[in-house]
Amino acid sequence: MTTERVYLFKRFERFWHWSQAALVIALLITGFRIHGVISGFDVETGIRVHMYAAWALMALWAFAIFWHFTTGEWRQYIPTLDRAVAVARFYAWGIFLGEAHPYHPTPEHKQNALQRLAYLWVKILINPMIWISGLALLFMALNWTTLESARPFGVSLQTLAWAHTIAAYMMATFFVLHIYLATTGATPLAHIKAMITGWELNEQ
Amino acid sequence: MKPTASDRINSARLTSWAAALAICALLASGASAETATAPTGAAPLAAAPAGTDDPALQPLKLQRAVPRANGPWTPVDHGKFAALKGPFKSPRDVTSACLTCHTDSANQMKSTIHWTWSKKDPNTGHMIGKANVFNTFCANIKSNEQFCTVCHVGYGDPDPAHFVPFNERAENQVDCLVCHDRSGKYKKIPFLGGNPAVERTRVRPGCNEVYGTEEPYVDPPDLAAVAQSVGAPKRENCGGCHFYGGGGDGVKHGDLDSSLVKATKALDVHMDANGLNFACETCHVASNHLLAGSHYEVDAKPTGGALMRGSAHGGNPASCQSCHGDMPHKKSTLASTINMHTRDIACQTCHIPAMARGGVATKMKWDYSSAGKFGPNGTPLVLNDAKGDNVYWGVKGTFAWGRDVIPQYAWFNGSEDWMTNGEKLHPGADGVVEVNRISGSATDGKSRIWPFKIMRNNQPFDPVNNTLTIFHSFGFDDDAFTISGDWNRSITAGMKDAKLPYSGKFSFVPTRMYWPLAHMVAPAEKALQCAECHADGGRLASVAGVYIPGRGSDHQPWTERLGMLAVVLSAAGVIGHGLLRIMMWLRRRRGEAA
Ligand code: HEM
Repeated sequence: MTTERVYLFKRFERFWHWSQAALVIALLITGFRIHGVISGFDVETGIRVHMYAAWALMALWAFAIFWHFTTGEWRQYIPTLDRAVAVARFYAWGIFLGEAHPYHPTPEHKQNALQRLAYLWVKILINPMIWISGLALLFMALNWTTLESARPFGVSLQTLAWAHTIAAYMMATFFVLHIYLATTGATPLAHIKAMITGWELNEQ
Repeated sequence: MKPTASDRINSARLTSWAAALAICALLASGASAETATAPTGAAPLAAAPAGTDDPALQPLKLQRAVPRANGPWTPVDHGKFAALKGPFKSPRDVTSACLTCHTDSANQMKSTIHWTWSKKDPNTGHMIGKANVFNTFCANIKSNEQFCTVCHVGYGDPDPAHFVPFNERAENQVDCLVCHDRSGKYKKIPFLGGNPAVERTRVRPGCNEVYGTEEPYVDPPDLAAVAQSVGAPKRENCGGCHFYGGGGDGVKHGDLDSSLVKATKALDVHMDANGLNFACETCHVASNHLLAGSHYEVDAKPTGGALMRGSAHGGNPASCQSCHGDMPHKKSTLASTINMHTRDIACQTCHIPAMARGGVATKMKWDYSSAGKFGPNGTPLVLNDAKGDNVYWGVKGTFAWGRDVIPQYAWFNGSEDWMTNGEKLHPGADGVVEVNRISGSATDGKSRIWPFKIMRNNQPFDPVNNTLTIFHSFGFDDDAFTISGDWNRSITAGMKDAKLPYSGKFSFVPTRMYWPLAHMVAPAEKALQCAECHADGGRLASVAGVYIPGRGSDHQPWTERLGMLAVVLSAAGVIGHGLLRIMMWLRRRRGEAA
């Protein structure tokens, strides 16, 4: 088995990835503190950190969206079924036998079919849902009763909070899977190192 | 001692200042050498003869307008008025003397609820006020007036058996002194129709608190001394009635008791004796003897900015918002988040974390049905608990008390439906009769979530007519319940006095009364923390119509179940997958090694 080094992640991508990771972790912890399912620190801190992290994350997303479109990187997320079955089989079987990953990322195609689907899901469903419901929560909380006039878009605060919570659970689920999949490179730390240095190891 | 950094800086500063001054002095002496020696003619302003006490020559001192618990200073010393020299034969003579200068005061007073005890409720059209409604303490004023008017701003007939209606009283029957005495020596005595003692009067056994003395008797006050002391009302004046309502210190309100006379900051940030030291009338601003703020007209949701003092406005000065505006939180990084709350949460809800915080207990429950027991010596039985709180009194029944009590919370738009004399019972959803049913909801646009003291009783009612009964409780006659302990007899007398029908049958019904809280405002750092409400089983656990993040009952149950399931299953899945990977990898390694 030979390995080959490819430069996958540009500087902005790495910065974006890790700052986003930090913010999402902070938002998950503080969000679920506000929600009342975890404890260990006070709600005041939860809300404070959640608000700052939420604004920071939205700013980061704004930059990331700009970056994706100006660099054309958005094409990385176009869904494909190319070698999807092979990839799925690898995770269900080949990985246990020490087989090489059937997909070799290149700077032009960094993601395999399953990754594309997963990230697309995050980008077109979870993120907008969190963003829109979160912003609306921020501004509509001013009018948070069940009063009719307090529902400028016909949605109550409760509905918004439910939507935000659904998205948060999806984000939490994604987070768990994502962390684990990060250890499935050529070596357990290969992917993680790649996201730090930019250089990925490809097994042939 | 080694000089510190700041010492060095200071001495450096001093040297440079000294140098600068020396240069100026040199320049000045050179430039004005001639004028300095020339005679000036006019006396120099600053060169006053030593020892003068001319105030114009004293060093400038700025006047700081400090609000005072005693009320504002006035430019008048009533001790110097000939009209108040006395001696006065009766308190009415004092009032007549007051009226020689304050010509309209009695008339003004007579139009206020402090005098009439009766007003029309603009919300329901009912006649309300003490004279017309029930409460869950001594129940009703009718037939007990000579006792109850110990807290009325008037003088009736001192005969305990003869009540003179307020509207039949002359101008000099208005009691100026109860509010304006500043000597602390003026005291109205129960059963005398609002009069102070006119001769040495025996204290009714067990009633020392309402007579305001530890002695077995009270002597008449020196009316001239009292009259000469008058000025703006002190906390003790307002408190004399409003702290002691319901029969004793702290009994009635929960947020008003004698601990406020010398309030600490923790007890009340505005009344803090060493701080802001507000008088009652700093908020309850009066004009023409009409005071702002009343339980009968609560502004549940005043909005907008603070009111400009002195400007024409229709606002209520006895509201938090009138000084603080409705977006009052500024310092915290969470200010905008907290300010969102002012739309739906009354200031009092967070800023009065508990009532009866000054050490004086407030009465939470009274059970009239158990009254009437006598002790071994034949006098009404008295029982006190370990804290010294009176838990049973033969003439009144059983009591429960509380200190540092957490309030109850409900939507409230300021309107209360009072049960007036003769009205059919108002049972609440749980069957308990509500003598002042509060209204309000999340959706009426006029309500906020308010804190309440809820006072319960179990009081006599007429099951045939379905009305609460009025009973003659206080007096020296045998119809008085406190004398005979005979319910049927005292109810018959009370209902007759009120000209209401009584079937002859009585029983006891649980009752409830709402007291919106507005005093004992804690300093900001003692206000409620988020988690008091933003949690399961928090203070607002039973308040409907609002989404409260962190309150479990507001969550979508399926979102929680499926969301948790997804997270837990994926965590279990990846752990299993990972363990399998490690196992297989170990096995492969062993194979390679072999
Ligand atoms: C990874 C991203 C995020 C996660 C996991 C997350 C999670 C959560 C959760 C679980 C809650 C509690 C919901 C409840 O109990 O009602 C919450 C509340 C909230 N979130 Fe987020 N959130 C995220 C991003 C955002 C963003 C981008 C905003 C936009 C400004 C936002 C604004 C809010 C607001 C305003 C609340 C309500 C808190 C309050 O009422 O004070 N969140 N979040």
